[in-house]
Amino acid sequence: MSGLLRAGAAELAGRIATGEVSAREVTAAHLDQIAGVDDRIKAFLYVDGTRALAAADAVDAKRAAGEELGPLAGVPLAMKDIFTMKGAPTTCGSRILEGWVPPYNSTITDKLLAAGVVVLGKTNMDEFAMGSSTENSGFFTTHNPWDNSKIPGGSGGGSAAALASFEAPLAIGTDTGGSIRQPASVTGTVGVKPTYGATSRYGVVAMASSLDTPGPCARTVLDAALLHQVIAGWDPRDATSINAPVPDVVAAARHADVAGMKIGVVREFGGDGYAPGVEQRFAEALAVLEGLGAEVVEVSCPHFDYALGAYYLIMPSEVSSNLARFDAMRYGLRVGDDGVNSVEEVMNLTRGAGFGAEAKRRIIIGTYALSSGYYDAYYGSAQKVRTLITRDFDAAFAQVDVLVSPTTPTTAFTIGERADDPLAMYKADLCTIPSNLAGNCAASIPCGLADGLPVGFQVMAPALADDRLYRVGAALEAELTSRWGGGLLDQLAESPSGAYLNVGGVR
Amino acid sequence: MALTPADVARLGELARVRLTEEELVHLAPQLDVILASVARVAEVAGADVPPTSHALPLTNVFREDVVTESLAADAVLAGAPSVEDGRFRVPRILGEEA
Repeated sequence: MSGLLRAGAAELAGRIATGEVSAREVTAAHLDQIAGVDDRIKAFLYVDGTRALAAADAVDAKRAAGEELGPLAGVPLAMKDIFTMKGAPTTCGSRILEGWVPPYNSTITDKLLAAGVVVLGKTNMDEFAMGSSTENSGFFTTHNPWDNSKIPGGSGGGSAAALASFEAPLAIGTDTGGSIRQPASVTGTVGVKPTYGATSRYGVVAMASSLDTPGPCARTVLDAALLHQVIAGWDPRDATSINAPVPDVVAAARHADVAGMKIGVVREFGGDGYAPGVEQRFAEALAVLEGLGAEVVEVSCPHFDYALGAYYLIMPSEVSSNLARFDAMRYGLRVGDDGVNSVEEVMNLTRGAGFGAEAKRRIIIGTYALSSGYYDAYYGSAQKVRTLITRDFDAAFAQVDVLVSPTTPTTAFTIGERADDPLAMYKADLCTIPSNLAGNCAASIPCGLADGLPVGFQVMAPALADDRLYRVGAALEAELTSRWGGGLLDQLAESPSGAYLNVGGVR
Repeated sequence: MALTPADVARLGELARVRLTEEELVHLAPQLDVILASVARVAEVAGADVPPTSHALPLTNVFREDVVTESLAADAVLAGAPSVEDGRFRVPRILGEEA
């Protein structure tokens, strides 16, 4: 059984396709793992074993009937609770949506179901994807599988923790400022933010619409590529979807060759505030890529220093507008409807009771930044910085094929450590935010441990050049895996601190 | 620039979020720190820099003008906090004096 849990998605799909193992057995093994360890990890808000097993049976029946199976048919997946799926509660980690069951599927949900991917359940997240630790979830905090006293990253901490605890081989997330990449970094998993507009936002509860980007999460680069290929593509139901072919990310992941590639190190992302262990692993990964024939140069992106400020004006402004839909009228919580209170009062009371502290902070900041008299100084200036950051990227990508940096300045911090210091929490996204502002693609790949906790290596590529992320990621992964004698998560599975996951021993 | 708890309460009412006394006292200094930090953007936002509101240069995206199926009314109403006669029931929308 631990063999099924340790296997990657590509391997599982292959074994299911040949009939060596049934999709039902694979799904049952993962449901058992969730039952066994999720009381410690708390990755899932909702698990539906009946639905998952029925989906697995459908794949087995198709195979028995001789029908062709897709490349991920029968593989289980953990879905961030921000994607709508008919019949499954969708809360976005918020009490204001508790119990809401969406009447429609997100486009990505439809694509996953059509591909025969088995959705195990919905994963925990910071409320409306606002946070870097899952501590802002309205329900509970998810724990890092490497050390249960540490945060799993956020907002998609549930999806990342489900991968790292072998509860699921695949997951999906959304990345607005780093919510796929930072959790991947601190859990030793792979997370990709595709080019903005390359993955549909239809049916994904909106946080900041000009930044939100759904993307794949997995334990290997190839698995992420296979999932990327399933979920990406033009969607006429999303007006900001790009009508362009999806680059062949799977071929890029299999190609895994960086010889002759030019890699730019972002000078601004290092030094003060960066953990020495993180910088050390990052430098070693660079040396690995150089050894594989890549040319490494230093590149300056001077306006990246202003990205955090621009982001924390643009994002809350969009949040304050997007979250206006939670008005207690059409869905979700309603408080104070006593027959006397006016509709405005009911909205006030409902939103006061239903939103958590971070949602309120961001709504207030956005309301302030957009108010007359402050608009030009705050929101207007932030939009100009967005232009400057895009220009920095353009200039850099004229010189190099990809840019690289640590994914996040530190390893996983302790639960509670930054809970009452919003600015310290925001700094977890220092290196990931620029790609959201400019809309280009980026990924986080595990590059080792510092003080026993995972470190992520970020690769950034131009818009619609997502295949480059996979080329670099797969090359780095292949070389490191061969040096380590296995993946980073194999080290957790085999170590005493990972014994509680029950996936040790010979695969 | 110091934001007072009263300022935060006013912003909360504009955004239709009722905040408790305790929340106001807690939020005001936090928001001050955040706003002071993000205000740095003004340092480089020169008059000659055009603003970017969106990463994609898309304008006026239209779909085909064809009728497609929409969600069934009862499926949508199933998620509503209150329903009456096949419609959303809402609290009173007019003031006492109306």
